[in-house]
Amino acid sequence: MKVWQCIVCGFIYNEAEGLPEEGIAAGTRWEDIPVDWACPDCGVAKADFEMIEI
Amino acid sequence: MNPIIIIGTGLAGYTLAREFRKLDSTTPLTLITTDDGGFYSKPMLSSALSQNKSADQLMSQDAVAMANTLQATILAHSRVDSIDPAAHTLSLGNARMSYSKLVLALGATPRDPQLPGSAADRIMHVNTLADYRVFRDTIAGKKRIAIIGGGLIGCEFAHDLNSAGFEVHLLHPAAQVLNRLAPEDVAGWLTAKLGDIGVRMHTLTKVERVDEGPDNTLAVRFNNGEQLVVDAVLSAIGLVPQTALAEEAGLQTGHAITVDTTLATSVPDIYALGDCAAVNGLWLPYVQPIMQAARALAKTLAGTPTEVAYPAMPVIVKTPRCPVVITPPPHGSAGQWQGETTPEGINLTHQDTTGSTNGFALAGNATSRRQELLKGLSAWL
Repeated sequence: MKVWQCIVCGFIYNEAEGLPEEGIAAGTRWEDIPVDWACPDCGVAKADFEMIEI
Repeated sequence: MNPIIIIGTGLAGYTLAREFRKLDSTTPLTLITTDDGGFYSKPMLSSALSQNKSADQLMSQDAVAMANTLQATILAHSRVDSIDPAAHTLSLGNARMSYSKLVLALGATPRDPQLPGSAADRIMHVNTLADYRVFRDTIAGKKRIAIIGGGLIGCEFAHDLNSAGFEVHLLHPAAQVLNRLAPEDVAGWLTAKLGDIGVRMHTLTKVERVDEGPDNTLAVRFNNGEQLVVDAVLSAIGLVPQTALAEEAGLQTGHAITVDTTLATSVPDIYALGDCAAVNGLWLPYVQPIMQAARALAKTLAGTPTEVAYPAMPVIVKTPRCPVVITPPPHGSAGQWQGETTPEGINLTHQDTTGSTNGFALAGNATSRRQELLKGLSAWL
């Protein structure tokens, strides 16, 4: 399980926790998140920027 | 063909350039900045100390890398002195440059606390990566820090510095921190929680002066006569949009540069976005509005006039041990807050006079309801 961080706003996505309130189950890997998903904090699209592994 | 020129390489300037390049890979693009042109995450400045991040670590790409990525010319350490809208030129020192379109992404500067005292010039602020570098170096090895101002940024720094092990004193003129943004219950909750985690809360406290103390300390004197001796003072009392360049060029300005929903200023071929601009009167110095504006303006500059869309956008207070999320009702909206308070959190929604929900304020574990509540709110623009 990995943790990713949005380079624009610092939002953290933890694969182990997922984002249940957005319908992304705990344990969802980054590559399995839909391509049309956007950062919930700043709205940057998944395809637009790198989430950096931290 | 004269280039599109963007003044400013903060989040607004660089995001616009990136979005524009997705649509147009050939039009010459020049960015001009007074700093070194490095790209960094602005919101992380108020949460990076506890993660022990250096300024260098926060800079994800330097100006050379950004120029390469964006296929743009980046003029770092360069200050635009004036704009001649009729001639479509701007001047930097002795140089003159022509633009086809000009974008002002000038940002905002920290409000000056204008305090008297022999150590007033040692009061710091953090609004840029360069500021962060100075602040982090200055407080290294120190213990006690006073923060003037318990707004969004002051609360975030108080939380972060507390997490990093500093003795933090948060000085705020009102009875509750975050009182201008949050409804009373949430502001009170955050005030109590920051105290619980160990931040020394000095509410109803105005700072009168800051003088040199013994052993390189600073003596902060309050209006009630009390004095606090600390190792560093951080001011976080708000931002002032950069409007001088626009004003001198004859653009319409108010508190910020006036733009319409296409981000156009009052002068042809000059646009503005980000913390320096108010869109249809809305001045929202946050990340998400900048991203929305950058996407719309990129389309306009690429030849498809596009109005910016503002969905209802939450303000997320980065205080992870006492989280708060607020989507304020539209400015001036009549109505009332209602909801429930439990030991674990606060869950409030704002109803307008017709009974429909047009804002919310969440604290503690209730912040998990953010996405669900956002879906029910109407767009702002």
